Amino acid sequence: MPKHTFQLNGETVTVDVEDDVRILWVLRDVLGVTGPKYGCGINVCKACTSHINGKAFNPCSVPVSAIGEDDEITTIEGLADTAPGDGLHPMQDAWLEHDVAQCGYCQPGQIMAAVALVNKVRAEGRAITEDDLDSIRNVCRCGTYSRIREAVRTGAAAMGG
Amino acid sequence: MGKSPARASARPLSRRSFVGYVMGGTSLVVAADLVAGAAPAHAVPIPSLPQVPELYDLNDFLTHCALPTSNLIAIHVDEEGHAHFALPRMEVGQGITTSIGMLIADELDLPLDRVHVTLAPARPELLFNQLTGGSNTMISMYTPVRVAAAVARKALLDAAAVQLGALVTTLRVKGGVISDLLGNTLTYGEAAATAASPTTKRVRVRLKAAADHSLVGTPQRRVDALDAVTGRKQYAMDLDVPDALPTMVCRAPDLNGTARSVRNQADVASMPGVTHVAIIPTGVAVRARTFGQCIDAVRALDVEWSPGTVVGKSSADILGELRKAQLPLVVPKLGASTVEAEFVFHFRSGSALEPNCAVADVRDGTATIWGGLKSPIDTQSKVAKALGLPQGKVTVHVVQGGGSFGRKLFSDAAIEAAHASKTFGAPVKLMWHRADEPRQGRVHPMTTSRIRASILAGSVISFEQRHTAVTTDFTHGLGERLTAEVAALPTGLANLTFSESIFTLTQELPYNFGVVTQLLNETDHDVRRFNTSSVRNVYSPEVRCANELMVDQLAKRFKQDPVAFRRAHLRSGIVKRVLERAAELGEWGRTMPPGTAQGIAIHKEYKGATAVLVEIDCRPETVNRKVRDAVTGPRVTKALVVVDCGLVVNPLGVQAQMMGGFMDGMAQALTYSNHLVDGHFLEASWDNSAYTRQWNVPFEFRCEVIDSDRKEPGGAGEAGVAASMAAVACAYARATGTLPKEFPINFHAPLHFEPKPFVPSVPESPVNGLDHTF
Repeated sequence: MPKHTFQLNGETVTVDVEDDVRILWVLRDVLGVTGPKYGCGINVCKACTSHINGKAFNPCSVPVSAIGEDDEITTIEGLADTAPGDGLHPMQDAWLEHDVAQCGYCQPGQIMAAVALVNKVRAEGRAITEDDLDSIRNVCRCGTYSRIREAVRTGAAAMGG
Repeated sequence: MGKSPARASARPLSRRSFVGYVMGGTSLVVAADLVAGAAPAHAVPIPSLPQVPELYDLNDFLTHCALPTSNLIAIHVDEEGHAHFALPRMEVGQGITTSIGMLIADELDLPLDRVHVTLAPARPELLFNQLTGGSNTMISMYTPVRVAAAVARKALLDAAAVQLGALVTTLRVKGGVISDLLGNTLTYGEAAATAASPTTKRVRVRLKAAADHSLVGTPQRRVDALDAVTGRKQYAMDLDVPDALPTMVCRAPDLNGTARSVRNQADVASMPGVTHVAIIPTGVAVRARTFGQCIDAVRALDVEWSPGTVVGKSSADILGELRKAQLPLVVPKLGASTVEAEFVFHFRSGSALEPNCAVADVRDGTATIWGGLKSPIDTQSKVAKALGLPQGKVTVHVVQGGGSFGRKLFSDAAIEAAHASKTFGAPVKLMWHRADEPRQGRVHPMTTSRIRASILAGSVISFEQRHTAVTTDFTHGLGERLTAEVAALPTGLANLTFSESIFTLTQELPYNFGVVTQLLNETDHDVRRFNTSSVRNVYSPEVRCANELMVDQLAKRFKQDPVAFRRAHLRSGIVKRVLERAAELGEWGRTMPPGTAQGIAIHKEYKGATAVLVEIDCRPETVNRKVRDAVTGPRVTKALVVVDCGLVVNPLGVQAQMMGGFMDGMAQALTYSNHLVDGHFLEASWDNSAYTRQWNVPFEFRCEVIDSDRKEPGGAGEAGVAASMAAVACAYARATGTLPKEFPINFHAPLHFEPKPFVPSVPESPVNGLDHTF
């Protein structure tokens, strides 16, 4: 079986798995990293949203062979380490402040998408708009959407420093 | 826990005085009767004129069902001073582990973070009393949990009095530390070490007065929030059960089709990662190293299928069946004095975001199941039956669920996992593919609601509603219990079918409209034809949506303002209060631009009431806005929910439930449905099933939980759905000047998606994910 090496949450990992296995299953079924959730497998529900080299992506739709050994994957488990200090990432703190989660299943993906969205908007030199919030495709079947909108704004302010 | 001790009547000595038990054993375990505080069923008279739920509703029924089968619930206080409670209910996001923890912490004077609420495994001795549904958890658990905690507090104080050499009445507790008048202190942990009793003792305790509560009634964040935002919260598929490999099922193209034979079994079995392939009752199961390899194997399978249960049928055929089954209206048409309409509500998926899933390990004549299960005793019984095992050989562990909305009342994935594990001779971690959820999963049944109201001499003299639905499956463990209990129901309720009982016990039109009749009929009584379930709020969203649209029509006929008309006709004080508060907070009647409007609706259920006021924008520039692979349409720009749900344990939790209920109700009115075409449902993904997404969400959402006159909690989990759906429909009608009669309103719009193939049954995972990073 081919070996694949990449960076995961700050560590180098190597897995023995077929080339076409999507990264979601490499994370969950091979490495036991279960923060990214399955909700559709076709890049629609966004429950598995994680980061690759700091940008949001959906590991259900990327074969492990598509990434190289220098590519850095960050899952919800590694998000806090990407922010300064010992605590949580400011977006996670915002999520706690607004008590966003209900069942919690979609929330790792929501938080990872929110961080990427804020970074993107900041790179464009502007503030988060209603249209930006409307563009978040992550499904929340508990319907926590309004609290997500508030938390993204709070998290954005905290990330803006 | 063993059998309950013989006990006298659990009837309270006063409103706050109850009997509980210190259980015999080596550590401090205390117990209370699970039905402490419930009034006996036979004490409730049912006069003929008011509607049934006003006096005896589904929650009374759920609570009373438990009376003959009551058993004990136990709290354990460990030697670190932490309290542990295995809740015989299921946490699916509704926040009950938090609010139950608050009750225990308050009664024990213990910080919330030292109370640990876990989920009890299936306890068959509890019979009906381990079902999570009907928004009944806080109603049924409120008193028993407090009694158990009060017994624990008493046992700890008794032990501390001996250790400190002080009178127990002089002891005080704060934050789990007991102190005497001299300032000597003892922690709960130290007291627990000597508080255990060698024999079971029956004790009397007095519950704290509401005024002495410091947590109950205050907003508390969820106890599992940190785990949720760090990815540590575990669901069934995150459990590390040895050798339980990913397993998925290849399903028939037809709804409920079954597999006859597999033509390429050996080829698929030799695919990378695949360990097993076999036919099970619901399709062909494959087990592999990763779910990705399961998906590949499912797609490669060449299966000969038997036809399904609705071959060739489409939504229009089912509508025809419903119309044929409609019960007649009794009051004759009176020309201009009659207001009449028929409303159609389409199938919609009841799936949560976490797909159906369960872990099963079947071996050596035993089975162990792990899953998010709201009727675990029913799961135990059905798995035992499926495997041909005695029920006692099946262990069911309840895991927190990723949402439910009524879906997890059923054990479909657990039964499939048990079949697969037995057939394979290996443990399995079975999960449904998303495509199978709307296509083969449980749906809210398609329904029509016909209403005729008659007006005479300036008054509404009759209001008849004939609700007709595809049969709702209620076979999740209420079955036998219900047969017995229905016969014991108060006069006039006996001999109803199960569905009719639920309908009768939940539906109430809280207006003075003269003669009111609301009747349910079902098209057939075959629950195997469609896979239905009592999706969140069961009948109420459709019933109330139809009602409130007609109320607006009546108001229009009387040339009255919708709020003024409702206020004049409401016969319930709590409904009037929430209506008036919503109208005030939401600035009812403010001037709105053409194409936009407000809508308002009320609902009374779960021992409480809700009023929802929305503003909707139906202008073309809004309706026609484009979002990729999405349904946009009219946008609710503002939503306000005012709720009276009795005594509130955690207002933050109630507000969360109202927001979720609103998002459901809005989707059901505007966008969310399943299309039945030629024997199968077309929807196969979240982009096909247009449940609420961020581009549909109101820019402003507010929920006010009002101070209730009631001293007991009501239900919150489902209470927000009905009035939300109705308010959105009413606003749409007012903004467009048309009465919508089919829901969701976009049902007949051209499909916004290209239906995915039915063979193979699941779509391939894309490989271009890196083209869509941001």
